[in-house]
Amino acid sequence: MDYVQITPRQRDEMLKAVGANSIDDLLKQVPDELRLARPLDLPAGMDELSLRHHLSDLAGQNQSASQKTCFLGAGVYDHFIPTVVDHLAMKGEFLTAYTPYQAEASQGSLQAFFEFQTMVCQLTGMDVANASLYEGATALAEAALMALNVTGKREIIVSQGVHPHYRQVLRTYLSDLPAIYTEIPLKNGVVDTQELESELETDTAAIICQSPNFLGHIERVPTIAKFAHANESLMIQCFNPISLGLLKRPGEMDVDIAVAEGQPLGIPLQFGGPYLGLFACRQQFVRKMPGRLVGQTIDAEGRRAFCLTLQTREQHIRREKATSNVCTNQGLLALRAGVYIAAMGPKGLHDVAQLCHNKAAYLAGRLADAGLSLRYPNQPYFNEILVQLRQPVDQVLAIANQKGIIAGYPVGRDYPELSDCLLIAVTEKRTKAELDALVDVLNPVGSAPRADHARQ
Amino acid sequence: MTHKTEKLLFELSTPGARAIDLPASDVPTTELDPALCTFTETGLPEIGQLQLVRHYTHLSHRNFSVDDNFYPLGSCTMKYNPKVNEWAASLDGFANLHPMQPDADTQGALALLYHLRVFLAEIAGLDEVSLQPCAGAHGEWTALKVIRAYFHDHNQPKRKIVLAPDTAHGTNPASCAMCGANVVTIKSRPDGLTDLDDLRAHLSDEVAAVMVTNPNTVGKFDAHIADMADLIHDAGAFLYLDGANMNAILGITRPGDFGADIMHFNTHKTFSTPHGCGGPGAGPIAMRKQLAPYLPVPQVIKTGDSYSLDYNRPKSIGRVRSFHGQFNVLVRAYAYIAACGAAGLRNVSETAILCANYLAQRIKHAYALPFGPPDGQPMAAAPCAHEFITVPQTILDRGVTIMDIAKTLIDRGYHPPTVHFPIHDCLMIEPTETESKAVLDDFADTMLELAELSQRDTAPFKAAPVNQPVRRLDEVAAARKPILTWTPGDKT
Repeated sequence: MDYVQITPRQRDEMLKAVGANSIDDLLKQVPDELRLARPLDLPAGMDELSLRHHLSDLAGQNQSASQKTCFLGAGVYDHFIPTVVDHLAMKGEFLTAYTPYQAEASQGSLQAFFEFQTMVCQLTGMDVANASLYEGATALAEAALMALNVTGKREIIVSQGVHPHYRQVLRTYLSDLPAIYTEIPLKNGVVDTQELESELETDTAAIICQSPNFLGHIERVPTIAKFAHANESLMIQCFNPISLGLLKRPGEMDVDIAVAEGQPLGIPLQFGGPYLGLFACRQQFVRKMPGRLVGQTIDAEGRRAFCLTLQTREQHIRREKATSNVCTNQGLLALRAGVYIAAMGPKGLHDVAQLCHNKAAYLAGRLADAGLSLRYPNQPYFNEILVQLRQPVDQVLAIANQKGIIAGYPVGRDYPELSDCLLIAVTEKRTKAELDALVDVLNPVGSAPRADHARQ
Repeated sequence: MTHKTEKLLFELSTPGARAIDLPASDVPTTELDPALCTFTETGLPEIGQLQLVRHYTHLSHRNFSVDDNFYPLGSCTMKYNPKVNEWAASLDGFANLHPMQPDADTQGALALLYHLRVFLAEIAGLDEVSLQPCAGAHGEWTALKVIRAYFHDHNQPKRKIVLAPDTAHGTNPASCAMCGANVVTIKSRPDGLTDLDDLRAHLSDEVAAVMVTNPNTVGKFDAHIADMADLIHDAGAFLYLDGANMNAILGITRPGDFGADIMHFNTHKTFSTPHGCGGPGAGPIAMRKQLAPYLPVPQVIKTGDSYSLDYNRPKSIGRVRSFHGQFNVLVRAYAYIAACGAAGLRNVSETAILCANYLAQRIKHAYALPFGPPDGQPMAAAPCAHEFITVPQTILDRGVTIMDIAKTLIDRGYHPPTVHFPIHDCLMIEPTETESKAVLDDFADTMLELAELSQRDTAPFKAAPVNQPVRRLDEVAAARKPILTWTPGDKT
């Protein structure tokens, strides 16, 4: 099925109308020697019924997180998605609309993005937000590039508490540019402020930290921001949007640029994408921001209306001098996040965050009772806990998987010194019974608590 | 379309209203340290479920979309987005798969990605494909990083210049700048094709790549592309193909066959994934073997009968995004290619070319085609590819601007063609292959009627749009004093 509606008879009529004897007359612009003389080597096309069987079969070869009990987080979280989110985001008028360059024909998406920008500001306490970027890691990279541009300095200092993928992406973005990438290690699972102070240079454009960080710990962002500002550097925070139902918002902690993976806001896990990059900053940087911005204006009759604005920052006007090469936002996903935030409201977002924290704390307590302690028991956490295991992590994960539990993320992959630790994420979807079942898997009967389990 | 003003969510907010309730906590409540918590009001809206549904439904009525309107939008390939693709993306095994699950849990997803990789390599006529890039512009940037890495590895770090024609899409130079390359513009000839002499004059041992769109942005297949490729290769540089116009050549010719070394696809153009008011897209890149060691990690591979993600690529440029690509966009692209098959894809391009030529034929006596056949000759004498450009001088001469024409088309229910790109005062028209002949004929009739109207009365053009939710906007004021968020007390 190729979705072509022109019938063979119409095709002949149209060929005749353009003065062609056959389609080859229209293809002669491609020289013979450059033509593909055979059909593409692809499987034969499929009717819809066969296609559905084929795709169902492929999907069925996966064991999704919904078929199991998911304690896997590491930057992507298995939150509840209200039915209205799917319903509204599936509307063809949103799904199949183009980028809103023609404002009069796009007031629906433009207003939805204006509302999204406003809600991101309300959620983060920041002054301005763009209409979204690709996803969390590239949003962070864009924040770093903006910091270089705003400050005229060259160094970016990054905490090792930032998601390992994000740090890798940042390194890729900064290589080939006149920029210096510096990582600072963690101490007790959080930013080592002494190390940070010693690394700060006059050439430091920004400090980047993530809070809650990759290990789940809440960083002392205001303290880190003080160091940054005393050094005339910018403070960039990577946050988890759901955590802001409870935690201090970036705007309350003197953060200059706040970025996040927006996936927790009503976007399915979908094997890593598409997701949603959130990007918010201080008003003073607005003309240096990357990405699409929607602004309010009036029409010829004085009515409120919305349009893309400050486009002179963008590639289609500024070309190589643009603030970024980004050409679109993640429209449909920004719409989803907007519907999600509005559906939850301030009370719902608070409740979700509190539920996540309650359940993580319950799990941590049950594990402690069983002699399995947190790796850094003194660090506050939101919904993700770092647990030190007695058996090899891979073995525990395999056993749990057999019981239908995805027990967590083996952080030893990225932090070799933590190879005996498991990072467990708990969302509002997990029930007490599921939490209890996880405890049983992590603490099999007969396995004695290790003598050093309480070490800091 | 509705004319009624739709209030903002914040103006609809009612304290205490909720759209969703959540389960009660089945574990004790645990308070976090208050020093870490926020206690200030966010100002987020509070709305009941029905009101929320109505609000977004009203907004949906204030949008043009492919499901509702014809979009002859040049360079954007606004084809139909098949509904079965959405069904596929919503399958539990795809939608609810966590990206960090072990490979054993994700064999179906990895198999799909692997086969898509193979499909795209075949369509491109190139050896290797990376599915990582998030969108076309991200694909351009990734590909340029790959080229830079190649030259670093081959001890030619001074190759930092990228040549791009003056008709290139704006993302091309912007992507270059983001990887530290210097962009130099090369001229186009009056017939819209690349000026080979100017290209020759600019090639040197400092040039890393030449970015070319082919068929190019004026809607012509550049018959000299192979000669260009030879020039570029002789100078030791790579030919980068912007795949924006792949919808014109599927199964007819392949970038690898005409000399391209590396390219990006736009799945939301060529492979029917929905534009979603601006995203998500996906921008896979294809390349020759010699560039493959540098492609980003991870790469999906097949070993025996099992699929996995390969991170062990020591020469890789590294990661370009988190996790493994725009997976659920790629599911839709896969579903489309699988539905079409080889014969279907070829028919897609043949029909896209036929539709563009037919539409051009129907209107060209009133809309001059600067790159079309001589007056009085049919399109077959100098056919366009899947899109064409018109500079409607007789209408412009009446004082009607290109934007006036665009806004008038909105009133007639058509999304306007691309305006002022790649040259000033042009309309760029791409009907795609998925429209019916009746739609093409109706659109042609409307265009002809407007041409005729412009000679009698230009007032309707100046007033347009008049039957949309809003009249023409003051976009200058929006940029001069940007209002980017709602503030309490703002009037409707």
